[in-house]
Amino acid sequence: MSSQTLQTGTGKHSGSIAETPITPKPSRSRRLPAAGTVGRYAALAVAAALTLGPVLWTLSTSLRTPSESFNLPPSFLPINPDFTAYQEVFKQINVGLLVLNSALVTGLIALGQMASATLAGYAFARLDFRGKNAIFSLVLATMMVPVQVTIVPVFMLIRGMGLSDTLLALILPAIPTAFGTFLMRQYFLGLPNDFAEAAALDGAGPWRIFRSVYVPLAVPGMAIVGILAFNFHWNEFFRPLILTISEQNFTLPLGLVTLQGNLGTGSISVVLAGVILSMLPALVVFIFGQRTLREGLTAGASK
Amino acid sequence: MTTTSAAPRQTVKPPAVRRSFVERWLARIFLAPTVLGMALFTFLPIIASLVLAFFRWDIISAPQFVGFANFASLAQDPTVRVSFLNTIGFVVVAVILQLGIALGLASMLQARMPSWLRVFLRSTFFFPLVLSAASVSIFMRYMFNEQFGVVNWLLSLVGIPAVPWLTSPAASAAVVVLVYVWQNFGFSFLLFLGALTNIPKELHEAANLDGATGWKQFSNVTLPLISPTVLVASVMAIISALQVFDQPYVLTNGGPGDSTRTAVMVIFESAFQQLEFGKASAIGLVLTVLILAVTALQFRLSRRFVFYQ
Repeated sequence: MSSQTLQTGTGKHSGSIAETPITPKPSRSRRLPAAGTVGRYAALAVAAALTLGPVLWTLSTSLRTPSESFNLPPSFLPINPDFTAYQEVFKQINVGLLVLNSALVTGLIALGQMASATLAGYAFARLDFRGKNAIFSLVLATMMVPVQVTIVPVFMLIRGMGLSDTLLALILPAIPTAFGTFLMRQYFLGLPNDFAEAAALDGAGPWRIFRSVYVPLAVPGMAIVGILAFNFHWNEFFRPLILTISEQNFTLPLGLVTLQGNLGTGSISVVLAGVILSMLPALVVFIFGQRTLREGLTAGASK
Repeated sequence: MTTTSAAPRQTVKPPAVRRSFVERWLARIFLAPTVLGMALFTFLPIIASLVLAFFRWDIISAPQFVGFANFASLAQDPTVRVSFLNTIGFVVVAVILQLGIALGLASMLQARMPSWLRVFLRSTFFFPLVLSAASVSIFMRYMFNEQFGVVNWLLSLVGIPAVPWLTSPAASAAVVVLVYVWQNFGFSFLLFLGALTNIPKELHEAANLDGATGWKQFSNVTLPLISPTVLVASVMAIISALQVFDQPYVLTNGGPGDSTRTAVMVIFESAFQQLEFGKASAIGLVLTVLILAVTALQFRLSRRFVFYQ
């Protein structure tokens, strides 16, 4: 009894404290009754359902048997999961090879971008050389050139280099990154100068300062570059469509479109099982690298 | 003692000179992968594109100089003309929808709500961005199927007859827009969310006290404060929408007719299906000029209309 009164007492007390300084706000929200709030929650719920619905439908339909996949009403929740569609995907396309290709291409691009962007970003942020600003502007300018404009000459260049229809054709052109360089430059500019000065006083040369002082500090920035590169190139469709010819060099998105072409509208669940399989790595990156990804995506816009 | 105090004075100058020499070379080595790579895979191709646009070339026979013929033929080629009109129409509708939805949802998330809910909604709206446009287009193709698609089934529940989503020109154009916006609104949403969260709370409280609420507060307080972000978000949305390819390619392959054919699809088809590399380059250059114009406009507008704090 006494503890209850004490609780209600403190509750009231803290409530009155919270309410007194901002009297206009609660009174207004009480005057426009729940209508605004209900409308807002309804709109948010609809938006969330429309965003997640298609993905949920894809997942649950992929868990139906191929013959049931057309049934209406469609399923939104996987009630009796059936994995035959997934087995069928492995029969129809060489999933292992596609995943290997995608992983190889995406991984090497990500590593290459992390390395080259770190080096170039460091040079632009902390090293002195002639023409720094001009070169930096040129690097940034490449961000405005759409990939479609350069794809024809790049295609011919790749042919000239004898790399036609190889995975290197996908990897090499994607490594120089203006956005990654920009991100790493910003990152290095944000790191304090004191460490470099202290290291210089201890007799460390510019290479040593970079290698032992700044690279370890730059790891979070490099992670942003790597995760962004992974997300973009894992999903890339246009360049692989043009630069690879034989199925043994396809990446996952191309493999999926092939799967869809093979099956047409014959079996939804098999194609959707392939779609779900291809999403899994992106999903893992999303779950574990969400914050990094979000910051990376919006970093360029808020310069 | 005397040696330590003298040492810095002696060593300061020579290392500084040596360091700048070393630094210069270090910078060159550090820049080499990025700068040489860009020279090879971006700048050289741009120049090649500029030259190629004045030639007729099918890779097999020798290139033939045709002057401005490629550009002149663009205006007369009905497919090219339609594809550019489609692209511009697509950009206008998709960007307005994308920004509107994103801004609406981002401002709704500013209201008081449990933080787990806010985090859940933010992740939900951001999620489609990590999917590939190809796989999204594949599952959306099934959802919009006329006979067995879930969309028509849902519409049938409210008594709307089946819509031929992918086989009629107007509906298929709408599907391309919807699928594109579905996947991309999250990007503008994240930008707006960041901008709205950065507005100091006192400004809204002050406006509240002055009697500004709802729409008035939004248009007089919120919108001016986030105008730099609105500008950046719209320019980025326009630039990326101008390059739309994956969705129409997978959803409709440009059809029915040319109703969903976009500029980039025509670049792809001219080059790699019709082997008209000069024509493809010319279309690419026109597209680049459009993108540069949008960017230039951004700088113009930001000087005139954007309110910087």
